[in-house]
This record gives sequence, structure tokens and C-alpha cells, in this order.
Amino acid sequence: MIRRYSDGDRINHWLVAILFLCAGLSGLAFFHPAFFFLTALFGGGPWTRILHPFFGVFMFLGFVGLYVRFWRRNIWRPRDTEWVRNASTLLKGDEDDMPAVGKNNAGQKAVFWIMAICLALLLITGVMFWQPWFADGFPILLRRIAVVIHALSATVLILTAIVHIYAAIWVKGSVHAMTRGTVSEAWARKHHLLWYREVTGHDER
Amino acid sequence: MSSLQSLDIAARSATTTPSPDARRHVTEVAKLIDVSSCIGCKACQVACMQWNDLRDDVGDNVGTYDNPRDLTPQSWTVMRFSEVEVEQNKLEWLIRKDGCMHCEDPGCLKSCPSPGAIVKYTNGIVDFISEHCIGCGNCVTGCPFDVPRISKVDSKAYKCSLCSDRVGVGLEPACVKACPTGAIRFGAKEDMLDFGAERVVDLKERGYANAGVYDPAGVGGTHVVYVLQHADKPELYHGLPADPHISPWVSLWKGAAKPLAVLAMIGAVVGGFFHYIKVGPIQTEGGTKDEV
Repeated sequence: MIRRYSDGDRINHWLVAILFLCAGLSGLAFFHPAFFFLTALFGGGPWTRILHPFFGVFMFLGFVGLYVRFWRRNIWRPRDTEWVRNASTLLKGDEDDMPAVGKNNAGQKAVFWIMAICLALLLITGVMFWQPWFADGFPILLRRIAVVIHALSATVLILTAIVHIYAAIWVKGSVHAMTRGTVSEAWARKHHLLWYREVTGHDER
Repeated sequence: MSSLQSLDIAARSATTTPSPDARRHVTEVAKLIDVSSCIGCKACQVACMQWNDLRDDVGDNVGTYDNPRDLTPQSWTVMRFSEVEVEQNKLEWLIRKDGCMHCEDPGCLKSCPSPGAIVKYTNGIVDFISEHCIGCGNCVTGCPFDVPRISKVDSKAYKCSLCSDRVGVGLEPACVKACPTGAIRFGAKEDMLDFGAERVVDLKERGYANAGVYDPAGVGGTHVVYVLQHADKPELYHGLPADPHISPWVSLWKGAAKPLAVLAMIGAVVGGFFHYIKVGPIQTEGGTKDEV
């Protein structure tokens, strides 16, 4: 077995995941009447309103941890652009024709950066209409714009998270990597050949 | 004044199905505020405090008669005093009673995420239902007139209810009752507009060529209408907006964005599921169950 995520990586990831779930569900409750029933999970409307920003801020802080841990391995390289060009082949279930991948593939990198940008936007815009403390400090027009950007960023973040979660279910072994921290040599070779060579020193195909 | 059992709910916040609306023969009401007859005595402010049993903090003097300086959770109506010179060397003291305009198309109701926290009755009154208010402040951003205020004490939104409790039992709003000059009138909106038109004719005869009734079409008309001496320049009256409408940002967010985003999210989940059904998982060949 090869270690892919340290204990700290995994704990940090799942903290953010749990907070995402809380912030996401409480936020959706206010986004569309069809989801208002979700306020029941958080103790009713007022409590959901009170808790949502805190879930958000803590999720952001948690993601700062993930950012520090993972930003280097998510730097975009020319081979990632090549990978994206071939992504339709992968979606058909054929991974063998894809370009060789390092620790993260282009899809994982895209998820990382989209989430980072969305979370920054969510934090900045969220503070602007955070009742009762900060909202009054911002002009109403700015708050109107902030709400729209907040909702838009949240939608993009949720869509990205759906892709992220689906990819983890789709590519067997990924969930194990993030729960137990390890992957098999075969898995590493198949999905992240360049990373496999790097950690093992093997140059086999 | 919150129960759906009144059967006269024309619109209800964050609600996608029709509300009980069987009693639709109700006449649309309006409060007419004739700014040209107002003497700024603030009896309406006092009557509002008294009927609604509100006590604002004692404010401070900032060199105008405005007291309190702004609408607050405890002051649902405030006299706004504006000193203007429309013609040079002819000072005019314009006194406008500010408060909720009770829009036919209320931006607060559109913005509110909590089902039933804001309702509009068939008579046109827009009311905040505190038991459903969650204190998010969206009504503040939705209002084209900057009227709702969120209490720092209980985190609930407050504004003029047009004395919906009094109107519901056939009484006129408290401010109307108290006004000593007849500057505030209440009745069927049609009658109020007729009366307003008469006042406008009178004002025009007295030299106010641009007198008119303020019943802005941008929000579908309002159930509080003003008679203004200078209806061509409503901004003179402490910034009364010339063409109020629900902000395009609010319309975008509560209009197209909501269903599209929900559709996209549900689409992504359903799409993912069927992708799995069609393509199946990517497994590592040769790995054991634990290893794959």
C-alpha cells in the first residue's frame, strides 16, 4: 500500500466536508422555498439563520488548512490542459488512453481551485449581509449584489462538490484513500502514474 | 393578523402554491398623505406609537425637526422635514410622513426566504408576520424605499402594518385617526385617488403647476399614496425615489437564478447517477477488494 493522504490531510478534509454539508444544507434552506424544510435540521428558521454564517466561516478556515496542504500539488501544468482535452474519453470509462497523471489529475486540480475561489467569494459576500453584525455597515445596493454573487458562488460550489463526490464514488479506491489514507500500488499506477513513479522510484508500466 | 384563516391572502413570501384567497371581493384600500396639508405636528407618529404600543429611545437633535432621525424597529413612521428652494429665494418646507408604502408588488415579500413571514392581503396591505420572521434582513435589501428595520434586540423585522389589525375590524389606521388637518386619509384606493386628483386640481390653481399624486407604477402602484406639490421631483421630499422598482439584482436572484440553480443541482445528481448506470465504475484490475 502507498500512503496518499496523511492523518492530518484526512481529518482536515472531513472537517471541511462536514462543514460544507452543514453550510450547504442551511444555505439551501434559504435559497428556495422547496428546501426551507431543511431548517428543521438546525432547530428552525432563526437558528438556521444564526448558524449558517458560522458554518461558512469555519468551513472557510478549514479550507485554508487544505489550501496550505494541497496548493502545490494543484498547480496547473501543460499536461493538465492535455488531460482536459481528452476528458471525454475518460467519461466513457476508458482511462488507459489518458495522459499520465501526477499526484492530482486536471479534474482534481480544477475542483480545488474552483472551490478555493468560490469559498473566498462566499466569505467576502456573506459578511456583507451577515445579520445582525455586519449587514448595516454596507450600502443596500452592495448587499443586493453580494446576495446574488453569494448564491451564484454557492451554486457553483455545490455543483463542483457533486462532481467531486461522484468522481470519488466512480473511481473505486478513492474513498478508501481519503478515509484510510492509503491506495494500492495498482491503483496508483493506473490513476496517477507519474506520482507512482515519484514515490516508488519504479519506472514500470 | 397572521392566520391564513382570514382567507384574504393575495401573496405570501417563499410560497410556491396559492394561498387562501377565497375572500377576494375585498376592496383595495389606500392611505392618502397630502403633503401640502401637513403641518408637521407628528400626531401621526404619536398615534402610531400609542396604538402599536412602541417606545423608541430618546434620540438626539441633529439640527432638523426629524425625530427620531430615521425609521427604527420602534418607529414605524417618521416625519421627514426638507427645506428646499424650488424657485430661488422661495423657501419651502416639505414635510413627508415616511413609512411603508405597501407596494402592490412588494420587494420585501419577493426577497423573503421564510414561508409566510411576509404576506400581502387582498386589500393591498403588506404585513410582516413576526412568528415566521427569521431575522435574515433580506426584506431590507428587497425594499425599494428602505423601510424595514431589523431589531437589534429580537432580530425581527418591523415596519408600518397600515394598522392591519384596525383595518381588519373596520377602523382606520391610527395615524389617520389622529391627523388634525385631514392630511392623512384612508379608504378605498379608488376613492383616495379621486380625492387626490381633486387636491391636485386645487394645488395647480394655487400655482403648483407640477402637483400630482405619487402612486409609482414601477412597483405596481402603492397602497400609501402621496399628494405632492412637486410631483415631477419626488426626490425633493427627503429622497422619495422618482421611479421605484424592485432592483434587477433582486429580480435576478429571486427570478431566474433560483429555479435554474436548483435544476442544475438536481441535474448534476441525476446525471451522475445515470452516468454510473451507463458507464459503471472505474476499477483497478488485479486489485483485491481492499486494494482497488
